[in-house]
Amino acid sequence: MSEEYKLSHLKELEAESIHIIREVVAEFENPVMLYSIGKDSSVMVRLAEKAFYPGKVPFPLMHIDSKWKFREMIEFRDKYARDNNWDLIVESNTKCFREGVGPFTHGSKVHTDLMKTQALLQALDKYKFDAAFGGARRDEEKSRAKERIYSFRDKFHQWDPKNQRPELWNLYNARVHKGESIRVFPLSNWTELDIWQYIRMENIPIVPLYFAKERPIVEIDGNLIMPDDERMPEQYRDKIQMRKVRFRTLGCWPLTGAVESEADTIEKIVEEMMTTTKSERTTRVIDFDQDASMEQKKREGYF
Amino acid sequence: MEKLNIKEFLDQDEKKDLLRLLTAGSVDDGKSTLIGRLLFDSKKLYEDQLDALERDTKRYGNAGENIDYALLLDGLKAEREQGITIDVAYRYFSTNKRKFIIADTPGHEQYTRNMITGGSTANLAIILVDARSGVITQTRRHTYLVSLLGIKHVVLAVNKMDLVNYKQQVFDQIVSEYRHFAEPLGIPDITCIPLSALKGDNVVEDSENMKWYTGKPLLEFLETVHIGSDKNFSDFRYPIQYVLRPNLDFRGFSSTMASGIVRKGDEVLALPSMKRSRVKSIVTYEGEQEYAFPPQAVTITLEDEIDISRGEMLVHPDNLPIVSRNFEAMLVWMDEKKMNPEEQFFMKHTTNLTRVKIDKIRYKVNVNTLEQSSCDALELNEIARVVFSTGKPLFFDSYQKNKNTGAFILIDPITNNTCAVGMIIDKVEMKDIQEFEIPEINLSKLNISSEHYEAIRKVVNELDRQGICVKVNER
Repeated sequence: MSEEYKLSHLKELEAESIHIIREVVAEFENPVMLYSIGKDSSVMVRLAEKAFYPGKVPFPLMHIDSKWKFREMIEFRDKYARDNNWDLIVESNTKCFREGVGPFTHGSKVHTDLMKTQALLQALDKYKFDAAFGGARRDEEKSRAKERIYSFRDKFHQWDPKNQRPELWNLYNARVHKGESIRVFPLSNWTELDIWQYIRMENIPIVPLYFAKERPIVEIDGNLIMPDDERMPEQYRDKIQMRKVRFRTLGCWPLTGAVESEADTIEKIVEEMMTTTKSERTTRVIDFDQDASMEQKKREGYF
Repeated sequence: MEKLNIKEFLDQDEKKDLLRLLTAGSVDDGKSTLIGRLLFDSKKLYEDQLDALERDTKRYGNAGENIDYALLLDGLKAEREQGITIDVAYRYFSTNKRKFIIADTPGHEQYTRNMITGGSTANLAIILVDARSGVITQTRRHTYLVSLLGIKHVVLAVNKMDLVNYKQQVFDQIVSEYRHFAEPLGIPDITCIPLSALKGDNVVEDSENMKWYTGKPLLEFLETVHIGSDKNFSDFRYPIQYVLRPNLDFRGFSSTMASGIVRKGDEVLALPSMKRSRVKSIVTYEGEQEYAFPPQAVTITLEDEIDISRGEMLVHPDNLPIVSRNFEAMLVWMDEKKMNPEEQFFMKHTTNLTRVKIDKIRYKVNVNTLEQSSCDALELNEIARVVFSTGKPLFFDSYQKNKNTGAFILIDPITNNTCAVGMIIDKVEMKDIQEFEIPEINLSKLNISSEHYEAIRKVVNELDRQGICVKVNER
């Protein structure tokens, strides 16, 4: 039998990601993988499992819980971590949570800043992580097209767009001063379609919210919001209708719009994705806050 | 076109390969328009394969309608206005034959640094020229940089053919001038395509206006160009990335295949210890493999218990890389801060980190004229042939023969910035260089008793990991 020395695009992307994950573990003292419970995170987690097979992954997963996530996400997270023997850290901005910060009372911008960005920064400081993996991809948004795989943060976790290092071949520069850290994006070169294909090929479990189903929905400012717990403000409660929807991205339930869809398998999701014009992030309410808001959030330390 | 249902489509799609390409040229050459059209038209073509697709005409406009393709790339422009440095932006598109990653680099400012960054992983470069102006200084510069990076396939895209009435004579003239210039640079595969990105001639579809051109349109060429044999499959190099020891029974060496093929049962040699063993297994999450090839990321276990750590290298005993502390390389300065040749830098080469000193700058190269001149210290975007000596021996090959074992980056020890990148040419003889002293600790002379040896070895290993080499003499 003749040997073949050729990799498919997915296997080549996989090899590149595994290389990055191993490189970070070899060169940093205290890495962590940020786990959003979304489909990209699910792929990233699988790649980490592959990188250290047959060993256990030598870093923990950390989920920043804004306390407004869909319940199905939390169930999925706990089950996945348990079944796959991951060390899972869950951190929240408990002080602000006790003070009642939430999207309905404080608006999406304040909520996201306090419950996501600040919570993340507090957690990174608490555990003194010097490298944090994130599942962001360059094709998600125009402003991410030039993002590095190793993205440097100063000791205040800020991203300085003018001070990012050139990145060549697969030689990553891991040298940081004390207190500085990096965010690492092993999925940089994956596209949304690659992610779905890989999930299909590898049978990677994902949160059922991605698949279309009849769900209770309230339409707020054109967004299809699924009230997931009793914190839904009273004025909307009598407007709930059952609609067949799915979620293209997952986050805080009041800030994540669903799309009407019949796609209840991965194949149908891909089909829908290829025949629709809306980009992934347009279903996220938070992006509409201000111009170039991703860029701003990134500078402040949010992914 | 063959129509597929979604399942067939995905089954076929997951098997396609990946081509990374670099685009060089300025806005004036119509680069944004070309990339925009590739992204846009290929998407349409790709989706047209799906039988379920109902084309929304509003979404794409009518065929005759003029779309400003360059607008699709607007992300970059907005950022430039905000003063954000953009050296390279990555774009993704697919056809059902290949996935493509475009490294798009802005043409004018800091062109050398940008192109080198974008081109380091590219299989292919598209160099754009305007049919009206032909081969200009910038074209020469781009071509030189492409050859320096060892990119094996170049497409000379002669754009704006519509503005020269699609004349073959104009195209032929440019092609002959270009080939004459490029010949000494040794790029193995150069393809010239006449096109109009604006009108769509020879981008995705054959041009009605240039029947005299018998080659493939650009996209078809990109889909079919053979890149399978570009990698080095002959010299097995396996720089240890990570030692995997999940339990007492398993000791694996994880890494990415830099080059060559390794098979189960192969005799291997570890550098620098020169210890030998055989490959017991090649482990992956999917199961064991009989062989591994680049760029697979695997874990190798050996028959014998030999001590190997990160930065060391497994090779075949009959095919060794160069092992040396002294070599010369083409160096590209990437930092705003001018080179201080007296300084010691960190060098990252494969999975190794070492201290390094610049012994000599032989000459610098003018990227526009390729003329050589003497030089004391490099500034941003300058390229030179430089002699180095490192704090510990490296295992390398010439970059032209083996990219993965011939490339390195230099790191400024104060700012930690990646200040330069290099491509190794060959080792040099000792007479060319000043000796770089490696401190030696003689344990018995210092009256250190043997129960402390283990602790000292640990410290020395940690220093080594930080690129500082210390020799330990235990006798």
